[in-house]
Amino acid sequence: MAALPVALPVLVAAILVGLAPVCPRRAADAATLATAAVVTLLCLALLVRSLDEPVVYWFGGWTPRDGIALGVAFAVDPVGAALATLAGVLATAALTFSWRIFEAVRTLHHGLMLVFLAGIVGFCLSGDLFSMFVFYELFSVAAYALAGYRTTDPGSVRGALNFAITNSVGAILLLGGIALLYGRTGALNLAQLGQSLATGPADRLVVVAFLLLMVGFFVKAAVVPFHFWLADAYALAPTVVGVLFAGVVSELGLYAVARVYWTVFSSPLAETDGLRGVMLLGAVTTALVGGVMCLLQHHLARMLAYATVSHVGLTLAGFALLGPAGAGGAVLYLVADGMIKGSLFISVGIIDHHLHDVDERRLAGRGRHLPWLAALMVAGALGLAGMPPFGTFLGKALMEEAAVETGLPWLIGLFVVVAALTSAALLRATGRVFCGLGPRGGAGTAATRSPDEAAARHPHVHATQVVPAVGLLAGAVAVGLAPGLADEVQDAAGRFTDRPAYAAAVLRGAGDLARAGAHPPLHLGGPALLATLSALLGLGLALAALLPERLPPRLRGGVARAWGPVAATLRGLHNGSIGDSVTWLVVGMSTFGGLLVLVVR
Amino acid sequence: MSHLPYVVAAWLLLVGLYGVVTSRNLVHAIICLSVAQSSTYILLLSVGFERGGTAPIFLDVPVGTKAVDPVVGALALTDIVVGATVSALLLALAVQAYKHHGSLDPERLGREQD
Amino acid sequence: MTPTLRRRVFLVAAVAAGALLLWGLTGLPDYGVYAGPYGDVLNQVAVAERKAANVVAAVTFDYRGIDTMGEEFILFAAVIGVAILLRAQRGETEQPPDEDAADRHAPATSNAVRVVGLALVGPVVLFGIYVVTHGHLSPGGGFQGGVVLATAALLVYLSGEYVTLRRVSPEVVGDLAESTGAAGYVGVGLLGVAAGATFLANVLPLGEPGALLSAGTIPVLNLAVGLEVAGGFVLLLSEFLEQTLVIRRPGEVT
Repeated sequence: MAALPVALPVLVAAILVGLAPVCPRRAADAATLATAAVVTLLCLALLVRSLDEPVVYWFGGWTPRDGIALGVAFAVDPVGAALATLAGVLATAALTFSWRIFEAVRTLHHGLMLVFLAGIVGFCLSGDLFSMFVFYELFSVAAYALAGYRTTDPGSVRGALNFAITNSVGAILLLGGIALLYGRTGALNLAQLGQSLATGPADRLVVVAFLLLMVGFFVKAAVVPFHFWLADAYALAPTVVGVLFAGVVSELGLYAVARVYWTVFSSPLAETDGLRGVMLLGAVTTALVGGVMCLLQHHLARMLAYATVSHVGLTLAGFALLGPAGAGGAVLYLVADGMIKGSLFISVGIIDHHLHDVDERRLAGRGRHLPWLAALMVAGALGLAGMPPFGTFLGKALMEEAAVETGLPWLIGLFVVVAALTSAALLRATGRVFCGLGPRGGAGTAATRSPDEAAARHPHVHATQVVPAVGLLAGAVAVGLAPGLADEVQDAAGRFTDRPAYAAAVLRGAGDLARAGAHPPLHLGGPALLATLSALLGLGLALAALLPERLPPRLRGGVARAWGPVAATLRGLHNGSIGDSVTWLVVGMSTFGGLLVLVVR
Repeated sequence: MSHLPYVVAAWLLLVGLYGVVTSRNLVHAIICLSVAQSSTYILLLSVGFERGGTAPIFLDVPVGTKAVDPVVGALALTDIVVGATVSALLLALAVQAYKHHGSLDPERLGREQD
Repeated sequence: MTPTLRRRVFLVAAVAAGALLLWGLTGLPDYGVYAGPYGDVLNQVAVAERKAANVVAAVTFDYRGIDTMGEEFILFAAVIGVAILLRAQRGETEQPPDEDAADRHAPATSNAVRVVGLALVGPVVLFGIYVVTHGHLSPGGGFQGGVVLATAALLVYLSGEYVTLRRVSPEVVGDLAESTGAAGYVGVGLLGVAAGATFLANVLPLGEPGALLSAGTIPVLNLAVGLEVAGGFVLLLSEFLEQTLVIRRPGEVT
């Protein structure tokens, strides 16, 4: 029953918070974990049901009359259900990880986590624009509260404020877009909005409404230049929250833009080269800035934050191709990438908990007694690079093929380079932390502790911390290896991008959708070579950073001269200031707005 | 002049954002954010207004009397609650900032080094 | 960016953004002309179908009840967030405010304020209850009434009687009220499921429009929301007031 994945966690959250003074800690932990697991299973069931036809659930029984939606609906298709399931999986993994980690005000924290999960699930399943906004604000507010929770640290207060203020401005813009659309069409249901706009021109109101909605969701997705809040939020969030941030929250912004575009705007704002160009501009900028910033980080959580930004750029590139093939690849990539990043965040959490630090320079060599953790992180880095058998490989293959078909083969180069950048940063960090490599490691600080002493000083790593990390990686592999998944994904993407079919299903309950024929089999040889190239490039970059003395001096000097100013400029821009973030937001809005006006006229 | 309320909404948004960007006091910045938020209330309620319409409450007037749109009223209500609660959360963060730094100036809040 | 540069960049961007916004806003129908079908249809059918005189309440709690549930939990999450942030941190101690201390933190109130404030508490509570329970009949409802109820606590503080209020443990009471209200809302929603309909279906007897007991689940949901909002805001107020009056950092004088 479609309402349960949202109703259940909020009910449990309310009960837990009410009983907080008297509830034993383990009971609260167990209840929260169980609820997250149940939500995951419910979303999975919805996913399976929606493979045949969309599951449309009208709250309060208010079915539409004459094509006018009176109530609010959940319109569940495989894409939305897949994201909701991903959120559930990540939440379950994160809560399992935190089973052994004690924090104060724990029950309140659990209540917030459940509300956070409920918001995400509701957002993914919703078929009503204002309802999407309410659930968006629900998980956002829960996120602000969860991120601000550890502000005993002076610098983290500004990070929390930046996070909350920038995202709130994004929400304001979203509401502006909703008001504009409502003023024109008198509707809030996505399908009805699409039907209403389909008959009209792409005039000024439609363009500005799309701009506002796009910018509002891009803030959450951390597309450049709306991304300045992300690194601070990741750095100060506890691991439990960071897993969900890294795994699904940013991707939700992209999902929302894609969903709103293909249900509301795809008739007036057709899939033209101009529109494609604007979105790709955002995608490429995001991917490159994220990738370079990722390399510049030494704080492991910030590194993952910028890895998220750059992969958001890649996913947006897939959606920006404005076709079912690209969208399908983007969704698959997003799901697998989310699980890999979740696993990496848990690994960082294990490092934090046991070595009490997350700066790779200070951690140099201290991870020697945890070789299995190094293996996990290397696996994660390879997954980020898009190596088979991870699902990211399959997703990228689909996107690369779509890029070639759309006549944009240079996008493949972008994928290779950016994947190399992010995996390089992680491989470099792994090398430094676990092997002591790197300019200040080796025989220096780390050798003062003998291995036995090091192991004795640190608490035993429990299974509850390791299993989620391994499990998430296994999930990413399962997504990559599942037979027939590529076909299912392409079918689902075909329905995702088909506005009239969606409208018919939601407003008239017409569930019979023409099933596309069997898709041509993917040629995986080329993408496999490209992925290997990415991984090798990443490894090369990592080694070059760790062992600069092995490089020829002229090369080293040249790179330093070129890299220095770039690094300094980027670091200066990303200074964590609230005023700067909001300024860049407005700059981004004007820029995208101007470009949209140019391409739509 | 028929679009004046919409112009007011756009003005409120931009003025509020200007306040957030140039503010030297966190409480001031948070209140400016509320001002920016109020632009959405005005926009929503103006969009649903019907000239000559009464409130959509049919206790004393019969059903069928010209009334304004009830839906935007519900939307604005949701919006206001959301705005108020986010402000409360931000103010709590501002209290934390003051406790740690003794200052409410956003420029003076440091950041942990990268 | 330096503050001056930031201001300049922002102004340029804001002018461009403003121009875009105004350009888009002119595409809206004229102010005062409501074209869309949603509101008109609801104004026609809501009273007859739901027996609720206040159509806005019908929209909030029935037609779009799931949005209100989300909104309620946004309040819930924000209040928990404030509670987590402001609970006494390590290194701070709690020192009960001493009413008679000459240099106490809270401002001293004159007798006039004290009398009027305390005298108003009763009527405000009564008015709040009225607004909450009559939400389906007249302007008002759970949210508005809940805030009015919370104002009663604020009046007590303004009258200088916060110490007395503390004895009632506003935090615990607020917490409990908030959770009960929130859980109650979901519970009513599940009632619809239990009755074989969809979540948040209006399954209680509808009565006649204009009567106090009408519109099915709408007044019940109003009560749940009123309880939650009142509890939430009392909790918020008490958390902030604790900061001012009670919590001291080491070395600070009262």
